[in-house]
Amino acid sequence: MRSTISERPLLQARGISKAFGVVRVLDEVDFDLRAGEVHSLLGENGAGKSTLLKIFGGVHRADQGEMLYRGEPATVDHPQKARELGIALIHQEPLTFPDLDVAENIFLGHGTTWKSRFIPIKWKDRYREARRLLDELGVRLDPRARVHGLSTADQQMVEMAGALSQNARILLMDEPTASLTPEETRELFRIVQRLREQGTAIVFISHRLEEVFSLSDRITVLRDGKFVATRRKEETSIEEVIRMMVGRPLGKFYEREEAIPGKTLLKVESLGRGRRFSGVSFEVRAGEIVGMAGLVGAGRTDVASAIFGIRPADTGKIEIRGEAVRIDNPAQAIRLKLAYVPEDRQHHGLVLPFSVAGNVTMASLRRLFPRGWLRPPRERELAEDYRTRLSINLRDTSQPVWELSGGNQQKVVLSKWLITEPEILILDEPTRGIDVGAKQEVHHLMGELCRQGKAVLMISSDLPEVLALSDRILVMREGRLTGHFRREEATAENVMAAATGQPLPGEKGTPVSSG
Amino acid sequence: MKASFWRRLLSGVARYPEWVTFLFLVAAFVVSARLSPFFLDVFYIFDSTSYYVEIGILALAMTFVIITGNIDLSVASGLALVAVVTAMLHVQLGLPMEIVIVLSLGFGALLGLFNGLLVVKLGLPSLAVTLGTLALFRGAAQILAGDHSISGFPEWFIGADFVRVGGIVPLPLIVFIGLAVIFGLMLHKTVFGRYLYAIGANEMAARYAGLPVDRVKLAVFVVSGLMMSVGALLKVSRLSVARYDLAMGWELAVVTTVVLGGVHIYGGRGGIIGVVLALFVIGFLRTGMGVANIPQENQLVVIGLLLLVAVGLGILLERFRRN
Ligand SMILES: Nc1ncnc2c1ncn2[C@@H]1O[C@H](COP(=O)(O)OP(=O)(O)OP(=O)(O)O)[C@@H](O)[C@H]1O
Ligand SMILES: [Mg+2]
Repeated sequence: MRSTISERPLLQARGISKAFGVVRVLDEVDFDLRAGEVHSLLGENGAGKSTLLKIFGGVHRADQGEMLYRGEPATVDHPQKARELGIALIHQEPLTFPDLDVAENIFLGHGTTWKSRFIPIKWKDRYREARRLLDELGVRLDPRARVHGLSTADQQMVEMAGALSQNARILLMDEPTASLTPEETRELFRIVQRLREQGTAIVFISHRLEEVFSLSDRITVLRDGKFVATRRKEETSIEEVIRMMVGRPLGKFYEREEAIPGKTLLKVESLGRGRRFSGVSFEVRAGEIVGMAGLVGAGRTDVASAIFGIRPADTGKIEIRGEAVRIDNPAQAIRLKLAYVPEDRQHHGLVLPFSVAGNVTMASLRRLFPRGWLRPPRERELAEDYRTRLSINLRDTSQPVWELSGGNQQKVVLSKWLITEPEILILDEPTRGIDVGAKQEVHHLMGELCRQGKAVLMISSDLPEVLALSDRILVMREGRLTGHFRREEATAENVMAAATGQPLPGEKGTPVSSG
Repeated sequence: MKASFWRRLLSGVARYPEWVTFLFLVAAFVVSARLSPFFLDVFYIFDSTSYYVEIGILALAMTFVIITGNIDLSVASGLALVAVVTAMLHVQLGLPMEIVIVLSLGFGALLGLFNGLLVVKLGLPSLAVTLGTLALFRGAAQILAGDHSISGFPEWFIGADFVRVGGIVPLPLIVFIGLAVIFGLMLHKTVFGRYLYAIGANEMAARYAGLPVDRVKLAVFVVSGLMMSVGALLKVSRLSVARYDLAMGWELAVVTTVVLGGVHIYGGRGGIIGVVLALFVIGFLRTGMGVANIPQENQLVVIGLLLLVAVGLGILLERFRRN
């Protein structure tokens, strides 16, 4: 406990309890945070991590327990109060305002005194300042761009810039890396390291344990809302931490078995749309997992949404099961037995006020109830079925889905698309925000889908995941396919090289000709 | 113990805002009964419904529209336009009334389709579109009819409110109840109804899930247009004349009814039962105030206040529910 970390906690929480209705989500949790440390918070989906951060950030109020700020009792009962104490919270689901531009979002929390609200804002300075903050974060975003339509990762960067602009002393980061690529994660970690050296206290949540171990000074584990332990990183190991999180040793990691691909189910040829992407050609065969790597903004989601008919392509063609098809909207795609699990679950994947049962049946209503009459028992039955199959942690399938933790929401989206009984699945960041155990389950599930002869196109920014699961790997950069690797020839290095455009000495893999 | 009882009660109420509407209904009944002794006469109550079930018929369709996150402000002037066109088809062109009824239903649907296409195809906000057609429809009705009352309908068509089913329940009320049952079933028991809620709660997610969002929205506006026709036919039958200024300002009463019935003004939440209850709240108050000779302006004040209370209460309850 020497080093730069101070001994006295900057923020201390004792016996924090919180219940939503009758459900106890946090049960007498202790936590302390020191200046100049990165303190990671670990736990399974629904363990209460986000809830704890939201209490620190003044979003939720604890039912019991006390908080000490620099040793003094403090009440943080409003986000404004947290801001005054120098606490900045970066939400798991970015909380940005889509109709404002990037700079406006960054400075939204400013102008907090009564008087400053009425002083005209010097926008020129602000745009310059926003530019500087974004440069510091290493993101190429236009401060004048509207936030609407930005990827989750970019929105997160906007929140991050907002936190930096407030010179926060305490930075609470709820799964900031979930949708970042290794490259971007490294960039983020560099910033976090610098902030730590400047004495900022940082709480970090992630389901990627390697990340947690490379970044943190201390680690606290929660299980079912209860405090399990706080350990210095050197005193513990990944295995021990997993044991503390799940309360049992974990099963086998999924290992991709040799796949015998069948006939081509999905084939796209020189697909393109405007300036977003062009000349994209590839195919996915039955029983095959094709991974799609690339940096955020490389156009992977654009390709997926073109295939699924959300924003149809304007050049090129699509063949499904060997037949040329036109897909102008998702309904047609679903009829062709395509499924698309979108990246942004809150805006595109879920109807938050609907129940879990209402969400999982959403894309299959016509098929489930061809007469047009709903049968709620049937819906609950399906929801129960998938709740067990994907071990979704919830109280009741009639619970509104916004009450679920991030990882469990993701499983609900997966269930919704599995219920459509698809043959071709496009999964956009399918394990984003999913805990180790659940991630394994999803990987096993994907293997199972392949065995059933389905074709899977997996977009993922989790490089180890892409490498472990894919039979073939496609790499995109700036709207074009820049790499195509068979399983044997793919390595983290050559995939990243194709994704960033930096040539690698002795490069393997066949760059796909474009056009 | 006691505190938790109230909390539980409140959160129950928040989940079913219809209870609030029901309390309003009891209050409205008591107030009206005090305003006029006539009010306790069963025949009187039944008779008076004919004056406001036309509002209710428009409100049923408006419930669909608002649940999808839209609004249709053109319902009242659309009703007037349909009424005028109906009258002209029969009285001036001499078409038989049976055919005219069919034509006027089609015409109303067409007006709704017009609204719907502007909203769906051009992507314009329904508030702006229907504010425009609110003026447009009324203006067209006035150009067609001028200041005249058009009359000359066949005997059998006139006086729907004097047709009493079972010797007591007037026909318009029966029509309303029948429609309310159909709308309620559609909204709560069918896939179509689920689509309405999904679109209102998260249109993007609805699109991603392959729901026919545009077609559903069009359908909703067409239904709204159809109900303009039903309302128009009942009204013309009851008054035996058509004028351009029928149902003047009714859009206010219609929206109030829907919102008072617990339908969330931003869409995605609400149900038919609440709207039916709310119709009778407004109906009782109108009748009560009418027999007590309370001037029209003051009645408007009461309706306006009711709208504010309803919207405010709805949003407060929602906030409490999310706590
Ligand atoms: N507003 C709410 N109302 C009711 N229940 C809630 C609410 N917010 C969270 N919960 C419940 O509290 C529990 C903890 O949720 P929380 O979001 O803190 O989990 P988490 O540890 O962050 O999980 P994840 O890793 O999936 O993000 C979950 O079971 C969730 O369903
Ligand atoms: Mg969380």
